[in-house]
Amino acid sequence: MPENRYAPVPRPGQEHFTAPVDEGGLGAVDAVSTSEAPSSFWRESWGEMRRRPMFWVAAAIILLVVVVAAFPGLFTSLGPRQCTLAQSLAGPQPGHPFGFDFQGCDIYSRTMYGARASVLVGVLATAMVIVFGTTIGAVAGYYGGWFDTILSRLTDIFFAVPIVLAAIVVMSVTTNRTSFSVAFVLALFGWTSIARITRGTVLSVKNNEFVTAARSLGMGRGAILVKHVLPNAAAPIIVYATVALGTFIVAEATLSFLGIGLPPNVVSWGGDISKAQNSIRVAPEILFYPAGGLALTVLGFIMMGDVVRDALDPKARKR
Amino acid sequence: MTTQFPVTSGSPLSDGETRPTEQPLLEIRDLAVSFTTAAGEVKAVRGADLTVYPGQSVAIVGESGSGKSTLAHAIIDLLPGTGKVTGGSIQFDGRELVGLDRSEIEHLRGRDIGLVPQDPMSNLNPVWRIGTQIEEALKANGFQGGRRERKERVSGLLAEAGLPDAERRARQYPHEFSGGMRQRSLIAIGLAARPKLLIADEPTSALDVTVQRQILDHLEVLTRELGTAVLFITHDLGLAAERAEHLVVMFKGRVVESGPARQILADPQHPYTQRLVSSAPSLASRRIQVAHEQGEQSGELLARHADQEATRVPDVVVTRNLTKVFQIRGARPGSSVDFTAVDDVSFSLKRGTTLALVGESGSGKSTAANMVLGLLEPTSGTVEFDGVDVSTLGTKELFAFRRRIQPVFQNPYGSLDPMFSIYRSIEEPLRLHGVGNKKQREARVRELLDMVSLPQSAMRRFPNELSGGQRQRIAIARALALKPEVIVLDEAVSALDVLVQAQILELLGDLQDELGLSYLFITHDLAVVRQIADSVVVMQNGKVVEHAPTDEVFDNPREQYTRDLLAAIPGARLEGAELAG
Repeated sequence: MPENRYAPVPRPGQEHFTAPVDEGGLGAVDAVSTSEAPSSFWRESWGEMRRRPMFWVAAAIILLVVVVAAFPGLFTSLGPRQCTLAQSLAGPQPGHPFGFDFQGCDIYSRTMYGARASVLVGVLATAMVIVFGTTIGAVAGYYGGWFDTILSRLTDIFFAVPIVLAAIVVMSVTTNRTSFSVAFVLALFGWTSIARITRGTVLSVKNNEFVTAARSLGMGRGAILVKHVLPNAAAPIIVYATVALGTFIVAEATLSFLGIGLPPNVVSWGGDISKAQNSIRVAPEILFYPAGGLALTVLGFIMMGDVVRDALDPKARKR
Repeated sequence: MTTQFPVTSGSPLSDGETRPTEQPLLEIRDLAVSFTTAAGEVKAVRGADLTVYPGQSVAIVGESGSGKSTLAHAIIDLLPGTGKVTGGSIQFDGRELVGLDRSEIEHLRGRDIGLVPQDPMSNLNPVWRIGTQIEEALKANGFQGGRRERKERVSGLLAEAGLPDAERRARQYPHEFSGGMRQRSLIAIGLAARPKLLIADEPTSALDVTVQRQILDHLEVLTRELGTAVLFITHDLGLAAERAEHLVVMFKGRVVESGPARQILADPQHPYTQRLVSSAPSLASRRIQVAHEQGEQSGELLARHADQEATRVPDVVVTRNLTKVFQIRGARPGSSVDFTAVDDVSFSLKRGTTLALVGESGSGKSTAANMVLGLLEPTSGTVEFDGVDVSTLGTKELFAFRRRIQPVFQNPYGSLDPMFSIYRSIEEPLRLHGVGNKKQREARVRELLDMVSLPQSAMRRFPNELSGGQRQRIAIARALALKPEVIVLDEAVSALDVLVQAQILELLGDLQDELGLSYLFITHDLAVVRQIADSVVVMQNGKVVEHAPTDEVFDNPREQYTRDLLAAIPGARLEGAELAG
């Protein structure tokens, strides 16, 4: 039966043809490159980020904001609280490039000093959210069962509460308002997204064969979670955290604007925006500087989040 | 269908002199296809020639990345992404296809050239009924006639593709179909407009062997009746040789050898083809079979089996009445249904030998392996390792037991932690079990890399820099790190290309001889079993169907299911003489 299908003599164009042996040879098919430097996931992602101009723009903005926040004294010799009422709403003059606000304070100096509160709250809240959200998400995803059921429902409950609304309620009854307490309240209601992201990633990573291989080595469940699962789930957490930092800064400004964030004696962009709205009809430019600082900072972090996502998401990576 | 060409398949010419002056249906000359990537232009196909006559079946054989699919897709201008034809010509039925505009190519697709795609799971739209999808194909290809006629035609096509009760089937959705039934529907779509050429791109690679065989048989009969020429694209040389009269072997984008299937098989000229012919599992298996039938016992592989059977060796792993029941969600909310994945399975693995656990997908072979590895608790029954019931072990003893049995898994992309360097991956078991100090561990890692024939310099690299075969070798090195007695190979070579597969199998054989390892080899591929296993356990639906020495299973299968499996190995119908060379 099969031989019926074979023509005894090849037809034109189907004669036996053998290509000359390829210049590359066959031995090179499965060779390991030994010349290039080893490339880990992180190294490749870094190489990817480095090539993007947007990364450098975002990095420059973030670096500037962080330096200003850490050492505002380097940029201005005036204190943010050295105010002379006589200069209320005065325009820019030599040494006072942004002019003066309603209280006669130097706006340039206040804008520089305001960065610290925003960056501090943003970083603190993000750090707390990562610790809290990643722990809950990882435990829920990795151990599963009723652990997962309880933690996931808890996440859902917190998720249903709007973060700013909840923060308003809690902050209005908080007596000792500091950067730390503002960050804590934001983190208290802001961990849910990161918990969900972590849970999802952990669920997909834990089914990998290298996890089963580690189990069959006799490695404990906790050790597997920390050594194998979490490092492989880190990428989306980092991406989310970068973007979240920007949104926490906005949330802090919102609370301070409403007068229930940082106390009035702390210089903050949110507080200054709030004060500027009183004189918005006569001197709208006062509003512009703290708002501009806020916008630039958030833009920096969101742009960075974008670049980081492109670099850490292998599907988006071109190679 | 056309009448201008005589249907030649099935009515072979008795001799070569009186061949009619036939025009080729498809003639590809010096075709070049390139993809533009960030790294520059990649030449996926270089200077490829191919000729297909009406009614003929031709196969393009090659490993992944050889350019075989690219070549076929270039014919109907379905190149993915940035791919484009950069040179050469494609003549179809006397017409040049390179440079045709989109509407002309679209007119040709389906109507003159049909395509059966690779993956039946993703090539049917899950929200449309099967019948609707075939109707769509008919409409797209200019089917004349009303709704009723179209419906009748759909049933006719489905029946023709071998789906009984076609009218009812046409109203079903893809998820109600098995993989084989979906592939039949895709064949029905491919043949709906009676094309002159059918391109079948790995049409059955995703299916179990017995289903694969049925579908290919059916396709063969169907295309012969219709006089359709078939262009197979496959990685399986055995399958290609069995199903096609003309072979085109591709390697790294070039045609390295082409010619009559029989001649290439018997007398491969190009070094690549020679290696492919000698390592294709289906052919190797058939070759051993042929040698056996002719009374030759001299094959190396057979000799090894014989030695081990002669000496009395103790069992290292014994399972008794192993059963695993999973609770799966029932019809009503909250209810559950018992599903017996492994049902009363008993087998024994002799020390220093290989036991193959064979079955199609869903037969419970991997579940059984996980119970042997101590990763799953059996519902009932016992696993004994070296005479000790594993379930009675305490925490400490279990930890010690894990050193003695290690797994290697199927997916070379999932079995290594991408965040770990090769060194860390192989060192991990040593560190976990507190073997040696840092210096000794490094020496051991170097030694293991040597064992799996990878350069020691590879140990600073990361898994993403290695090929599938290399990763699998790393996984083997990691499994060997603790000097285990038993290695469970769960489809460990199934995802690899033929040549790499042969390499790994050879490596496993050498390691077994050297270290006295015992393998529990889980696979769906009986052809591989013939090359590596001493005895075989055939599983079907969670039950053991047959448990016997390999030679006995192959020479004298007792169960019908085993016979079906054996007959389904591609190349099983090839004659011994073709392989003897």
